[in-house]
Amino acid sequence: MLEIADLEVRYGAIRAVRGLSLSVATGELVALVGANGAGKSSTLMCIAGALKAAAGSIRLDGEDITSAKPEAIVRRGIATVPETRDVFPDLTVEENLTLGGYTRRRDGPGMAEDRQRMLALFPRLAERTSQPAGTLSGGEQQMLVIARAMMSRPKVLLLDEPSLGLAPVVVEQIFAMIAALKAAGTTILLVEQNVAKALAVADRAYVMRLGRIAASGTAAEIGGATDLKALYLGG
Amino acid sequence: MTFAIQFVIDVLSLGGAYALMALGLVIVYGILRLVNFAYGELIMVAGYTMFLVGGSGLPWLVMAAVAVVMAVLAGIATDYVAFRPVRAKSVTAVLITSFAFSTLLQNAALLFISPRPQTVPLPALFSKTVTIGGAVTPLRNIITIVAAVVLLGLFALLMRRTVLGIAMRAAATNFTMARMLGVPANLIITSAFAISGFLAGVVGLLWIGRIGTVVPGIGLEPLLVAFIATVIGGMRSLSGAVIGGFLLALIDTSLNYTLPQDLLKFRDAFTFSLVILILLWRPEGLVKGPASGQRT
Repeated sequence: MLEIADLEVRYGAIRAVRGLSLSVATGELVALVGANGAGKSSTLMCIAGALKAAAGSIRLDGEDITSAKPEAIVRRGIATVPETRDVFPDLTVEENLTLGGYTRRRDGPGMAEDRQRMLALFPRLAERTSQPAGTLSGGEQQMLVIARAMMSRPKVLLLDEPSLGLAPVVVEQIFAMIAALKAAGTTILLVEQNVAKALAVADRAYVMRLGRIAASGTAAEIGGATDLKALYLGG
Repeated sequence: MTFAIQFVIDVLSLGGAYALMALGLVIVYGILRLVNFAYGELIMVAGYTMFLVGGSGLPWLVMAAVAVVMAVLAGIATDYVAFRPVRAKSVTAVLITSFAFSTLLQNAALLFISPRPQTVPLPALFSKTVTIGGAVTPLRNIITIVAAVVLLGLFALLMRRTVLGIAMRAAATNFTMARMLGVPANLIITSAFAISGFLAGVVGLLWIGRIGTVVPGIGLEPLLVAFIATVIGGMRSLSGAVIGGFLLALIDTSLNYTLPQDLLKFRDAFTFSLVILILLWRPEGLVKGPASGQRT
């Protein structure tokens, strides 16, 4: 479904992503793990269109989307949850969800149905629909951005560090919800530093180091690799 | 009592006009983080359109509608001519292009029309006066208040109840994230300029209605007023712009009422001194805008 070949992302002279190739099949949950600064978020932001690719290609269902604008990429079916979470703090939870469905704003009944589905999946949000999103806790904001992204009925959901800075109990909840989304058939590319958690929900995983894919395999293979620590630390 | 009523009407009508001016400026600033220095010329465009269609014999409301439409088109043209080509470059570039567009429009008016004031058709209603609670006031002032209330109401409705409005508020906080949800950047920016032009057009009619003539430099004072009102209000907040507009009108009107005749011509100096005091007290403006956002 999503295929990336020889992707390169640069910040000036610095090459954050160097010749990265990966693929995500329909219905799969693929984890992209690696140490801080390995280039995981850059990869994700590049797929989302927020960063320009210096080289390489990104294809969705065989169509080249490498240099498409962020708004065009959402319309093609890729929704992004950035690591900075980025709820619109002054907008209510409801308004945030409405915007999530911006690409389908003419599909009123479908939107209402998805809204119900998301509020059922994230009951904490259902209690707070008219509250400004900025007043939510970190965990609730994370739930909101995931729900918001799902409102566009994406073919692929890009999740960047959903557990970042959250209390362990909240992390459990978030991952339970990611598992629920996957069970419902969503294709997910998950970037995560919390390797154990990521591998527990993922089908396959890629390990990134210094802008490159250092290892890949099924979640079990990666999880069982004794040299995982070495891959991480570059030993 | 009469005096109080008079005062309140003066503050509200001036404040209404100021608030609309400020709103027209801040709607673009909020999204682009750029001041549109050609904003005053949108008011000028509305004025000259009135002058040009003045001899046509059309009903006044039709002429007014044409003038507002022209202001909207001029607003959209500002985006296409001054902003879009250099938006991604630098703040300085846009600053210069918006100044250039402003100068271009002013000089076009000087060259093709006249440097002298031109009479603009006004409805008979504008020159009538009404007596409210003993206070005699031009009907124009009441019209301004009503227009301001209606437009502010419509504006609030647009921003809160429509997807476009919600998207514009979102884009004002975090443009990149809004785009990652599928909100097209160009649509939002052009809409902001169109709304800005619409507000400038209506304000232009009311503003020019006070004096009855239009000159090429007519836009300077509204631009200044709008700028100061938004600075007082907090630069980033829509409600702040409205509050700033009314506060500035309150200051201006109070000074008009209290300053002795000799000092009245220095009124702006007093106004700006008070503005400085307000800014020393609240450097961020009265209303805190949406949390930080980056320029696009």
